[in-house]
Amino acid sequence: MDGFDITRREALIAGGLAAAGAASLASPPVAASTPGQMEHAIRSLIGEAEVRKGKVTLDLPPLVENGNTVPLTVIVDSPMTKADHVKAIHVVNEKNPQANVISVQLGPRAGKAHVSTRVRLAGTQTLTAIAEMSDGTYWSDSQEVIVTLAACLEDLI
Amino acid sequence: MSARALINVPRKARRGDVIEIKTLISHIMETGFRHGTMGELIPRDIITSLSCKYNGEEIFATQLYPAIAANPFVTFHTVATESGTLAFHWIGDNGFEATEEAKIVVE
Repeated sequence: MDGFDITRREALIAGGLAAAGAASLASPPVAASTPGQMEHAIRSLIGEAEVRKGKVTLDLPPLVENGNTVPLTVIVDSPMTKADHVKAIHVVNEKNPQANVISVQLGPRAGKAHVSTRVRLAGTQTLTAIAEMSDGTYWSDSQEVIVTLAACLEDLI
Repeated sequence: MSARALINVPRKARRGDVIEIKTLISHIMETGFRHGTMGELIPRDIITSLSCKYNGEEIFATQLYPAIAANPFVTFHTVATESGTLAFHWIGDNGFEATEEAKIVVE
């Protein structure tokens, strides 16, 4: 048996690797962002800046029945003057196929940093709102939402 | 392409008041992550941005993603500085574009 001298252990490892490879090829692409993807989205939006908790209020219902339309409000505590105002607000999520939800650019003419919209949520997850201030600091708030009926991924009826 | 857009801006305001602006536009906001009956991926068709100009100066801009619900509803605020026009402009996939205007009288 020259040239074909593999131990049982080697055979098992090789088999395991082949099976893992086959599984990764066969499994369909999973359409779900992860907390890691959320972090990646935050970094691509604001770079390496430090984000502190506070100043931002992310208002979401704690429990929603239908993830297809969930009211979302972001309020940032800021005087909104030329010297001190909110430049941008970003909202990101954990579990939708794409981590970005909405980005908003504001200026001193906004009067107050208070923005609302309606979003889709693919399952129970945590959302994070980040505000970029005119002085270059970043503030955030996170909120968990329990979703009974998820949006986005269900088939068409 | 004509989409129905609704704008809610107070007709009158006092100078310096912070007013609320509500916008709603009809659009399916197809996410691009769903599959049809034959298993094929339904291509993305969403509104990607909305901006608002107050007498020509941009006061608000936003980028929307597939996580925004169908018929995007966005509200924001601005300071009533002078009488004039608020111009809204939506841009989306597949060449979608819509504009709407609202007049305001500031006293």
